[in-house]
Amino acid sequence: MAQPKVLLLTGYGINCEEETAYAFQACGAQTAIVHVNDLIAAPKQLSDYQIFVVPGGFSYGDDTGSGNALANKMRHTLWPELMAFVAADHLVLGICNGFQVLVNLGLLPGDGDNSFGNRRVALIANSTARYECRWVNLLAAESDSVFLGGVSSLSLPVAHGEGRFFAPPETLAELKQQRQIALRYVDAEMQPAQGSFPANPNGSLDDIAALCAAKGRIFGLMPHPERAFRLNQMPDWPERLALEPDSDWRQPGPGRVIFENAVNYFS
Amino acid sequence: MKKTTTGHRLEIFFRDVDLDTRGQLLRDRLNSLELSTAIEEVWLSEVYAFEGDFSPARLQEAADLLLNPVVHDCLIDEARPLGSADLILEVGFLPGVTDNIAHSAVETLADAWGAPLKEDQGIYSSTIYYLKVAAALTVEDRRLVGRILANALIERLDWKERSRYEADQGMECIIPRVRLGDAKKISLVDLEISEAELVALGKEGIIDHRDESGSIIRRGPLALDLPSLGAIADYFAKVEKRQPTDLELEALAQTWSEHCKHTIFAAAIDDLEKGLYKTYIKGATEKIRQERGADDICVSVFVDNSGAIIFDDDYLVTDKVETHNSPSALDPFGGSITGIVGVNRDTVGFGLGAKPIINRYGFCVADPGDQEPLYRLAGGQNQALRPRRILDGIVDGVRVGGNCSGIPTTQGFLTFHPGYKGKPLVFVGTVGLIPRKTKAGRLSHEKAARPGDYIVVLGGRVGLDGIHGATFSSEALTGGSPATAVQIGDPITQKKFTDAIVKEVRQRNLYSSITDNGAGGISCSVAEMARECNGCRVDLEKVPVKYPGMAPWEIWISESQERMTLAVPPEKWPELETLLKSRGVEALVIGEFTDSGRCQVSYRGEKIMDMELEFLHNGQPAKRLLTKVRPSQENVVFLPSFTELPLEDLFIKMFKRLNLASHAYVSTQYDFEVQGGSVLKPLVGSRQIDGFATVVQPLPESAKGVALSQSLYPAISDLDTYAAAATAIDTAVRNLLAVGTPLSHIALLDNFCWCSSDDPERLWQLKECARACYETAICYGTPFISGKDSMYNDFRGFDSSDQPVTISVPPTILISSIGVMPDISAVRSFAFVKPGDILYLLGAGGLEIGASEYLALLKEEGLATCEAQGQVPKFAPADQLPLYNRLQEWTAAGNFRSLYPLAQGGLAHAVGKGALAEGLGCELEIPATERPDLFLFNEYPGRFLVSVAPELGAEFEKEFAENSFTKLGRVRADEEIVISQNGEISLQTTVSTLLAAYRSTFVGF
Repeated sequence: MAQPKVLLLTGYGINCEEETAYAFQACGAQTAIVHVNDLIAAPKQLSDYQIFVVPGGFSYGDDTGSGNALANKMRHTLWPELMAFVAADHLVLGICNGFQVLVNLGLLPGDGDNSFGNRRVALIANSTARYECRWVNLLAAESDSVFLGGVSSLSLPVAHGEGRFFAPPETLAELKQQRQIALRYVDAEMQPAQGSFPANPNGSLDDIAALCAAKGRIFGLMPHPERAFRLNQMPDWPERLALEPDSDWRQPGPGRVIFENAVNYFS
Repeated sequence: MKKTTTGHRLEIFFRDVDLDTRGQLLRDRLNSLELSTAIEEVWLSEVYAFEGDFSPARLQEAADLLLNPVVHDCLIDEARPLGSADLILEVGFLPGVTDNIAHSAVETLADAWGAPLKEDQGIYSSTIYYLKVAAALTVEDRRLVGRILANALIERLDWKERSRYEADQGMECIIPRVRLGDAKKISLVDLEISEAELVALGKEGIIDHRDESGSIIRRGPLALDLPSLGAIADYFAKVEKRQPTDLELEALAQTWSEHCKHTIFAAAIDDLEKGLYKTYIKGATEKIRQERGADDICVSVFVDNSGAIIFDDDYLVTDKVETHNSPSALDPFGGSITGIVGVNRDTVGFGLGAKPIINRYGFCVADPGDQEPLYRLAGGQNQALRPRRILDGIVDGVRVGGNCSGIPTTQGFLTFHPGYKGKPLVFVGTVGLIPRKTKAGRLSHEKAARPGDYIVVLGGRVGLDGIHGATFSSEALTGGSPATAVQIGDPITQKKFTDAIVKEVRQRNLYSSITDNGAGGISCSVAEMARECNGCRVDLEKVPVKYPGMAPWEIWISESQERMTLAVPPEKWPELETLLKSRGVEALVIGEFTDSGRCQVSYRGEKIMDMELEFLHNGQPAKRLLTKVRPSQENVVFLPSFTELPLEDLFIKMFKRLNLASHAYVSTQYDFEVQGGSVLKPLVGSRQIDGFATVVQPLPESAKGVALSQSLYPAISDLDTYAAAATAIDTAVRNLLAVGTPLSHIALLDNFCWCSSDDPERLWQLKECARACYETAICYGTPFISGKDSMYNDFRGFDSSDQPVTISVPPTILISSIGVMPDISAVRSFAFVKPGDILYLLGAGGLEIGASEYLALLKEEGLATCEAQGQVPKFAPADQLPLYNRLQEWTAAGNFRSLYPLAQGGLAHAVGKGALAEGLGCELEIPATERPDLFLFNEYPGRFLVSVAPELGAEFEKEFAENSFTKLGRVRADEEIVISQNGEISLQTTVSTLLAAYRSTFVGF
């Protein structure tokens, strides 16, 4: 299959669906932005797609815990279809609020390879108790994430109030062993952030920024790769232009590879 | 409204209390209040009160849905203090205040249970704070703590000592359901009354009832003066031949309010028969458009909810900047969130519905360290919020409103001035994007309701919140200011209908016209749209309400937020209704548009409003205003000789000043990246230094950019409002030139925030200010496309010694600029990027330091007298044009390495920030003829600090030979900042030292 079809969820405060759809399109995928109520009304349509994306946003205003209310809604209305989707050789991506939804749905990290539905980790209020919009450096951990093939490090923006990763010690040990930790926050010298702000922007345990499951086919991350898709989205672009006035704004940014990997998985 | 105490309580808290850092941060904040004792620990829990019948099994299910089992524990109908708390506080909303958390909880339970809650069931959220204190809190301590945790206007705060908490088995279960009596009937208002009675009617409102002691209770200000009331009495006696109903009078008050009709800007003033707005603001735009001819960038100006200019062949960009000052003084969070979410609707309500793509903000407050209390009433009653509390609240409001709505908040500012102590200014703005034509080929900026169209309201429901908002903001703030004027925005409800309208409904051509519900609620939106077809008929009982018992006039004028009004052709209604329902948006038909020439409203079959639209909109008697020249306050400053001044120390202190220090703690709380278009971000360089302009690329495949900036000079306004406006326009325009926007593609927005606007001297200042807007805008060819004014920003109350005090804001003119960049590759920042680059000061200046940050610092340091005002810079915009024209050729060619347009803090600030951004120092030589401090710190407009590659130096000096420039020095490879004169070092510091100073002021905010 040359051109995978991507379903991006929208509604109830999701707000990054358009730029995320654009990123997939620019990498050669077909995309459809589907309102969660339309998907609930016709859940079987999910099987028409190969990539399911829960984009970033503020579903239900983060009330009752970010991602919780939308995850509850999906659990009660879409669970069989989601399980069938995951069982097939498909990809699931959750970005920021989408990651929070996947964690609350129990799609990340899951219990072993084919069992999902338990909430085993949490993304809670940042240790600064404040919304943080800033650029962070990330180092790819030893994982099987399909989305991170060939990636060693990345610079991406985060923008969230509740991104602090937490897991009980035994779960954390298991995640390491199962190669499910996908990205960690590092400082400007690419050294572990060790929980220190602002390199680790939210106080995440073990500097964890992203998880994967199902042999790397389910991937969730707090940073926003779609906001670092082109060179001109990078924070140093104006200064780069000063030194290289002919620099082409269309050149790829560091986030692009995540979408390319997803699309190329089906080629 | 009464509260009852039956129900169930669910309390959710962190199993490991250390994971909840909110408690630790709150403890630190409380300990900064100078309490008599230390707060040792704080723990929090979230509470949901369940009203009505819920079985134990249902409550357990609800708990499982609302908590996170990985980190939370809960208690159901059980009380147990967290930690070793000895004092327990609970903060919950008062009846009728928007409770977004509870709203989401209700939806979650409905999703899980497959049915909505029953009519007699409800959920209400609250927060419990468990405090461990070193010693008992005094009454004063409790007051201070209480003021941080709760706002008595919208929240209840209950305290219990641990012993009491244990004896009572926890906090009370309070159910804040709104309970109103039977719906009040419509009544007629007699206007044949004494003049004193008429004045009371206009100022304090219609008589509602008498309380137990027999005192008259009125409904809140109509803000109608005697001539207006006379015109109303006359109209009803002669034309309608009856008394007006209370609803008619309330509707007229809303429609004629200063807030809605801008009566001061519309009135004839001195020799200007057409008034300030038509002569100077609209007049400037008309003249510029005429002169530009085919190159006119304006498409829809001053006629819609926002102004619109051309973006490209296919799109328009819209812009609108609003103020939300009075509500923010009372409830800063509610005021600012309602403000930002409200101005978003001015975008959705533009044309057939534009998509909000960028938010702007601007907060004017007093020194947050100012602890001196102010009271609204005598005898130490009704204390006003302190500046720090106001600042924290308004920062939070825009954060929640902007972030939840998925709109990047890129552009904004904080300004500090003692005049903002009584009433802060909260500016909120939104830029939108809209295709020039719909799929059906309609021009998207044109709309008109047609006779026979349904009147459809969608979004949130109507409640008592936001009654008298429009008339209230047209009056000075006093002890009697109504709490119902305060409300809290619900951004998710709005996000749902915004997505539906701009992403789906607009394309399907399902409505003839659309507008937002802001000031005056449906009384204004429906009556305004009715002008498009000349009539409307409304069945008021069809308007969806939050709770039963509201009086008809309350429904008609309520400003409950998150609502739009549409004109929908009947044949299109079924499709629209189905679509909106599937998007979780409530929409109802409440009447129809007609061509009767009348505004007709009935309630349960009874006609309660029936009057001519013409009178409703144009019946207000014309005002004539007279002004009086205000004597100049400027004088000569006698400064100590330069050699007596500690220049290095002053240089560092300038970077710590409230207005010049880093405000990054605000911008990093606002999502400036969402929608993926940010190009020049609010913070510049690896050291994250505050920028003065931002650039967004709205369409990922187009090189075009939208550049935004703004400027205001309240300190100059104190001395010369003409200079303040001219300087603000120059700065707002120059900021966009500096980031690479051509002058021909820049438009302006004006926001006048005035004070005591009945005072002829204040009116003279206003007239001067407006004249400067006209002359400067015409000179630059930059049209005004939208504007708003707020005329009574005065606080009247009492100080700590119970003396009457009036605090008026400095007459403030905010100029916001919006520009369209042909190619984002022309963007430059102010960061020094390469060692050896040459630094030039571009543009001619003066040495006036009146109203400057430097003079203020000298006064604070005791180096200048308090009376010293100095002269403000008086520059001629026309002199700037040759420089600006040449400069934009160079920015288009990409020849500059960096540009900083000089403003507050002068050249020193530009040099320091240029060095800080990437950590590259510099060396500068001050011309031998200049006095170093005045050269470095004066704020004369029209100038830039630029850096140029050494190989372009000769060309630069040739190109700009006819414009004034000074070669200052070069960028260094290390961190040193060295400023000399005649070869001798005048001051030397490092990037690290300066950065630490720059970041020090707002630590802990």
